[in-house]
Amino acid sequence: MNKISQLQEALAAKRFIFTGEIEPVKTTDLTEVLETARILKGHVVATNVTDNPTAFAYMNSLVPCYMIQEKVGLETIYQVTTRDRNRLALVADLLAASALGIKNVLALTGDHTTLGDNPKTRAVYDLDSTQLVYMIRQMIDKGVDLEGHPIHNPPKFFIGGAANLGADPIEPEVIKIEKKANLGVDFIQTQVTYDIEAVKNFFKLTSHLKVPIVIGICPLKSLAMAEWMEKNVPGVSVPPEMVERLAKAKETGGKEAMAEENLQIFGEFCREIRNTTPAAGIHVMAVGFEWIVPKIIERASLKAIG
Amino acid sequence: MIITVQKPYDKLLELLAPYKKIFVMGCGDCATICQTGGEQEVREMANRLVESGKVLTGRGTAEVGCDQRLVRLAIRKYEDNFNAADVVLVMSCGSGVQTLTEVSKKMCIPGCDTMFCGTIERIGKFFERCRACGDCILYETGGICPIARCSKELLNGPCGGQDDGKCEVGLWQKDCAWVLIYNRLKEINRLDLLKKFRPPKDYSNLSKYKEQIREGLQ
Repeated sequence: MNKISQLQEALAAKRFIFTGEIEPVKTTDLTEVLETARILKGHVVATNVTDNPTAFAYMNSLVPCYMIQEKVGLETIYQVTTRDRNRLALVADLLAASALGIKNVLALTGDHTTLGDNPKTRAVYDLDSTQLVYMIRQMIDKGVDLEGHPIHNPPKFFIGGAANLGADPIEPEVIKIEKKANLGVDFIQTQVTYDIEAVKNFFKLTSHLKVPIVIGICPLKSLAMAEWMEKNVPGVSVPPEMVERLAKAKETGGKEAMAEENLQIFGEFCREIRNTTPAAGIHVMAVGFEWIVPKIIERASLKAIG
Repeated sequence: MIITVQKPYDKLLELLAPYKKIFVMGCGDCATICQTGGEQEVREMANRLVESGKVLTGRGTAEVGCDQRLVRLAIRKYEDNFNAADVVLVMSCGSGVQTLTEVSKKMCIPGCDTMFCGTIERIGKFFERCRACGDCILYETGGICPIARCSKELLNGPCGGQDDGKCEVGLWQKDCAWVLIYNRLKEINRLDLLKKFRPPKDYSNLSKYKEQIREGLQ
């Protein structure tokens, strides 16, 4: 195996991994991004850096990826969506990413422009996420772009793809993951889930695939957030008993008790994923309250496996 | 069919404000079926403009508003009234507006907005079906076009934005094209077509101005 990244090494060694998520916002100031990276460092093997999430025009993910690696020493997973860039721009950014020492790329389509903060823009979608995986593989393995033009000093990336394990119907989703796997995606990160049965079912449906799958979770910062996830994120359902536990904690002990309940719930959930499914790891999305990530990971590891 | 909607009347008054004498021209084809620029809509528009104090020199309809030959015929038919106008309000798609401009050299104001190329379920129910990409793949998507009907124009299956076959674009009112394709291919036992990887598409046809000059058709 050619060593590409620490994420790759950890997955190859079958170490149960955690990844984090950092969201640059509409600013020119990197202070918060770097502070968040410092919180995550030592707890996650790498952190995703989002690319205009939910189609909001934020600072691009490339520069924060570079700065986090340089200044904090935490490996990054460069999220690249096809929503805003055609194949020319994608090649350009991927070459730049490689030149800057970025090792992991998550190939995404991206939330639709009409859901974002500049809904009148013209969407690009020159490629879909599956085709982006294909293009990156061509760049790495053959050293060419989509037209076969040679790349001097071709990039090396560890390529990720996304999956929605709660998709209904699930079969076309599984077929799409199969396509990405056949094209040579190196790992999968899933959309958020709160449902261990859905995770188990997803692993049953994808058991024929050799790709390591990292399960996405998202602790609930507030009760309103639980409601928002339920309403707005397709395939995501927050179990009512989870909301009740959090509501009860908030009622009796305020914010602190609710944070503690989050640790209880998601610590348990992580242990359950780790102990009862073939998941390769957990991707913790806690944008806006990243301080909770190391604590969840700590809780998740309290009862060591085996 | 080219699906059009009429521009808001206030907007039309604003666009017509600089002009004194107006001719209203409709289209006997798509705009008639859409009820945005047929004979009846042209008559109603003309009456409304008169009520608003505008001066009308006449009104009429070309049999097919985007066919230069039939537009010329229409101009000849309404000759004096048409020529007396200093502006023409064209109740048709953008192709019709441009056809009349090219043929007549008159100042033409679009009375409609061109929405899409689609199918008619019944009057008032129009659905987009084609983006004129120049490379039809309907034979491998169960006769359902993902370019026209998937808001992200995906070619390899649904994204994470569908739930129970509905698309998050437009607040879950419209079908996910890829779930439609999946259901259709499953029904005809051709899921192999869904499993096929479709490489990046040649979009050059959609990225440039197009002409078709075919020898031997004159």
